[in-house]
Amino acid sequence: MKHLLSAGDLSRDEAVLILDTAAAMAATQERAIKKLPTLRGRTVVNLFFEDSTRTRISFETAAKRLSADVINFSARGSSVSKGESLKDTALTLQAMGADAVVIRHSASGAPHVLARSGWTRGAVLNAGDGTHQHPTQALLDAFTLRRHLVGRRHGTDAAGQDLAGLHVVIVGDVLHSRVARSNVELLHTLGARVTLVAPPTLVPVGVEPWTCEVAYGLDDVLATGPDAVMMLRIQRERMADGGFFPSPREYTRSYGLDARRLARLPEHTIVLHPGPMNRGLEISADAADSPRAVIVEQVGNGVAVRMAALYLLLAGADRPTGETE
Amino acid sequence: MTAYLLTGARPLGEESTDVLVVDGQIAALGATAADTAVDTAAERVDATGLVLLPGLVDLHTHLREPGREDAETVASGSRAAALGGYTCVHAMANTSPVADTAGVVEQVWQLGRDAGYVDVRPVGAVTVGLAGERLAELGAMAQSHAAVRVFSDDGRCVADPVVMRRALEYAKAFDAVIAQHAQEPRLTAHAQMHEGVVSAELGLAGWPAVAEEAIVARDVLLAEHVGSRLHVLHLSTAGSVEIVRWAKTRGIDVTAEATPHHLYLTDELVRGYDPRFKVNPPLRTAVDVEAVRAGLADGTIDIVGTDHAPHPREDKDCEWAAAAFGMTGLETALSVVQAAMVDTGRMTWADVARVMSVGPARIGRVADQGRPLAVGEPANLTLVDPAARRTVLPGEQATASVNTPFAGMELPGRVVATFLHGRPTVLDGRLVRPGDR
Amino acid sequence: MVAPSDPQGRGPVPDDQPRQNPVDDARTILTADDMARALVRIGHEILERNKGADDVVLLGVLTRGGPLARRLARVVADVEDQVDADAVVGVLDVTMHRDDLADQPTRALGTTSLPRGGIDSKVVVLVDDVLYSGRTIRAALDALNDLGRPRAVQLAVLVDRGHRQLPIRADYVGKNLPTAADERVRVLLAETDGRDAVLLDSNGRQR
Repeated sequence: MKHLLSAGDLSRDEAVLILDTAAAMAATQERAIKKLPTLRGRTVVNLFFEDSTRTRISFETAAKRLSADVINFSARGSSVSKGESLKDTALTLQAMGADAVVIRHSASGAPHVLARSGWTRGAVLNAGDGTHQHPTQALLDAFTLRRHLVGRRHGTDAAGQDLAGLHVVIVGDVLHSRVARSNVELLHTLGARVTLVAPPTLVPVGVEPWTCEVAYGLDDVLATGPDAVMMLRIQRERMADGGFFPSPREYTRSYGLDARRLARLPEHTIVLHPGPMNRGLEISADAADSPRAVIVEQVGNGVAVRMAALYLLLAGADRPTGETE
Repeated sequence: MTAYLLTGARPLGEESTDVLVVDGQIAALGATAADTAVDTAAERVDATGLVLLPGLVDLHTHLREPGREDAETVASGSRAAALGGYTCVHAMANTSPVADTAGVVEQVWQLGRDAGYVDVRPVGAVTVGLAGERLAELGAMAQSHAAVRVFSDDGRCVADPVVMRRALEYAKAFDAVIAQHAQEPRLTAHAQMHEGVVSAELGLAGWPAVAEEAIVARDVLLAEHVGSRLHVLHLSTAGSVEIVRWAKTRGIDVTAEATPHHLYLTDELVRGYDPRFKVNPPLRTAVDVEAVRAGLADGTIDIVGTDHAPHPREDKDCEWAAAAFGMTGLETALSVVQAAMVDTGRMTWADVARVMSVGPARIGRVADQGRPLAVGEPANLTLVDPAARRTVLPGEQATASVNTPFAGMELPGRVVATFLHGRPTVLDGRLVRPGDR
Repeated sequence: MVAPSDPQGRGPVPDDQPRQNPVDDARTILTADDMARALVRIGHEILERNKGADDVVLLGVLTRGGPLARRLARVVADVEDQVDADAVVGVLDVTMHRDDLADQPTRALGTTSLPRGGIDSKVVVLVDDVLYSGRTIRAALDALNDLGRPRAVQLAVLVDRGHRQLPIRADYVGKNLPTAADERVRVLLAETDGRDAVLLDSNGRQR
C-alpha cells in the first residue's frame, strides 16, 4: 500500500489489518503517555484545499501522537479557481520533504492526480475529495461498527474479524456523499450488507452496479431491523439551488431519524453520523444524544484509524503490508 | 509551372494509377499521366500502395487565434492540419475577441492565407460574444472577404429557442448553416463527465445524454418549421443518432458530425482522472460509441469533424474539475477513422473521402475543396499509407499543444503527402514550407 | 531517519529472528531439555538477585519473549508459594518504538498487556529469546518509559549471540553463543512452533 486513495482499493485482508492496527493504536491512547516515537523524523503535510477543521485536527493529532512533524497547509479558496495550482503546491511541499501528504480537496480525484503526477514522492492519503471518496471515514466507521457489533456480540476480541453478516443502513444525500461511496465499498469488502436510503433525487444516476441495495422509504428499511443506521449530513449549501427536495420539513418527516423511529429499532442497533450534524434536519436531538449514538466515539476512533493508516503507509519499507520478514 | 507526378497511387483505395498535377489542377490520370509528365518535367512522387484522397476538410477546428496564442496560432494549427492530411479547416469563432464581426473573421482568414498550409475558413459567431442573446452581424461576415458560410457559438449552445429560430431563418439569406453545439445549459450546470455508472462511482457531476438530445430534437423541429439548414456538431449519444436518423427520414435538412474521439474512446477512460480525457461533449459509453459508428457508416452522420481543441499545458496539468475541456485532433483524425471504421470493415476509403472531405466541403459551401479525383479538378490531395502504424507522441506533433488523448497509443495509417492547390504542404510525412517549392 | 548498519554493512540487524522451516544444515545449540534447565536456572537467579519475588514482574518482549516470560513465571511460582504466576507476567510490543521501521516491512502490531499490579515501583525483568544488536531491548526500555516508572529493569535472554550495537547487556543468560554475523539463530518454542529447540543456521541470513 503506497497511497490510501479510495476505500475500494483495499482488499478484505488489508482493511482488516488497518482495523487491527487501529485497535492496537487505540490501546496506546488509553495510557497516560499517548505519544509514540514511531514516526519521529517523518514529515506529514496536511494539505487542505477545503475547510474541514475536524478532519484536519484528527489527522494532525494522529500524526503528532506518532511523533511525526506536522505541517498544516491551508490553500482555501484556491481549489478549482485558477490561482494556486495543485501542482505548484505539491512541488513546494515536496521541496519541504513531505513523507506523506494528507489531502482534502473539493475536486473529485485530486488525490489521484497528485499520486499519479510525480509531483510528490510521499504517500498520498485522501482526506476527502469532492463527492468521491473519504476512505479514513469509512475505516473509522467500520472500526466503530466492529467494536460495537462484532466484538461485543460474540464476546471475543474482534481482532482479525470483518463485518460479515451485519446490515448497515445509510440514509441521506448519497448523491453528494463521499462518505456513502467509501462506506458502500468498504463495508461490502468487509462482508456487511448495505442499504442506501434517500429520496430519488439524491441517488446518483448509475448507482446500479454499486454493491448495495437502494430504497426510497426509510420506515420500511428500519422495520427490517438493521444493525446500524448511518445518517448522512444534508449539506444545506448544496441544497440551496438544487431543489432536491421540497422543504427541510418534508425531508425531516420522510428521512430524519427521530425518537419515534429510534424506538422501533432493535435494542442492539447503533446510530452513526460522520458529523457535523444538522440537528433537527437529518437527526433529532433525541437520536443524536441517545445511548445508541456512537457519534462522539467515532471522533476518537478517527484518530486511531488515522494513526494506523499513517503507520502502515509510512513506517514500513515500500513492500506490501501484512508480509512478515 | 509546377508539376508533380504521383506514381502508383490508389484513388479512394481502388486500382493504382498515376496522377499528374500541373498548376494546381489534376492534369491527367492513368497511362497518359506519365507521358504528359515527360513534357512537363514533373517532379515524381512515389505513391506506390498509398491511398489517394481529396484533401481533407475539417468543419470544426479551434485555432485559438486571436487571444489564446499560447495554445495555438493559425500558423501552428495550419501546420498540424497539413500534417493530418487537411487542405481546408474551419476556424471556430470562440476566440478572444470572439469572431462575431467582419473584422475578426477577415483577420483570421488573412492569417490563414499568410500561413499558407491550408485554406482557413473562419466560422462566425451566431450571437454577439457567444452570449446567446443577440444575433451577431451574420450578413456582414457572410459578405466579407472571409465569405463565412458556417455560423456557430460552438463551446456554447444557442439555448434560447427564439434566438435559434431567428438564426436559422436569417442564415437562409446567404445559404449559410447554423452549426449547433447541442448542450442544454441547465441540465449540464457544473457537469464534468457523461452521467452514468462511471460518474456515479467517481463522484463527478454528470452530463446527461438527454442534455444533448433535447437540443438536437428541438433544433431539427425548428429547422423543419422554418425550412432551414441545420448542422449538429459533435453528436455523441445513441439517442442523438436516432433523432437525426428520424429527422432525415422526415426530410429535414439536417447534417450531423461526429468527432474521432467519440468514435474511439469511452467514459471508462475517465477513471484515472486524467484531464486529457476531459472534453465537451464528454466521452460517452461503449453503447454510444457503437451507435455513432453505425450512424457514420449508414450516412445518418454526414461528416467527421475533429473538434481540435488545443489547450496550454497548465490547463490540463491539474485536478479534473479545474481542467479545460478539449482534445487536439488534427494530426490523429484520419488514423482514428481508419482504426474505427476502415480497419473494422465498416467503411471504404471512398466513404472516408465522403465524410472527411466531400461532406464537410458541401456543408461549408467550399467550392474548390472536396472535389472528385478527376482531370480538371483542383489538386487538393492527400496521400495516406494505410499499412503504416505509428505511436502518437504529443511532443512531436506540430500543434502547439500536447493535450491529445491518443498519446502513447499505436494507430494505423500515416499521411505521407498533402497537396494544397497543386503545391505540396507535406512530403514524406514532413512539412514543406510554402516558399520552398 | 538514518538506520544504523551492522559491521558487514548489510543494514540493521533485527533482534527477533525470522520464522522459517528448519533447514538441513541447522545445528542444534540447545535441546528442549537444555532449554528447560536454562529457564529453571534463570528463574533461580532472578530470585537470588532480588532476594525473593517481592515486586518482581516479568515482561516478555513479543513475540517469543511472551511464552518465555510465562515459563519463567511458573518457575518462580514453583519456588515462591505466594507468587501467582499469571499475575506477574505481561507482554510488551515494542514495534512502535523501533528505530529501524523504515527498513523493515510493515508489521502487524501486537498488543501490550501489563501485569495486574502495573509496573510502577516494580522490578521489571524483560524477557526475550535472542540478544543480538540490542536494538529491540533499547526499544523495550523506551516503551517501558511511556508505560510507567519501574524501580529497576533487568534483562533475561535465552541466547546471547553477541554483535551488540548498543551498550546493553543481559542480567540473566541461558547460553552465550559466539556467532558469525551471517549465521542465524532460531529459537523454536512449543507454544508457537510446536517444539522447543535453539538452532544455528550457518547458511547466511535469509530474507
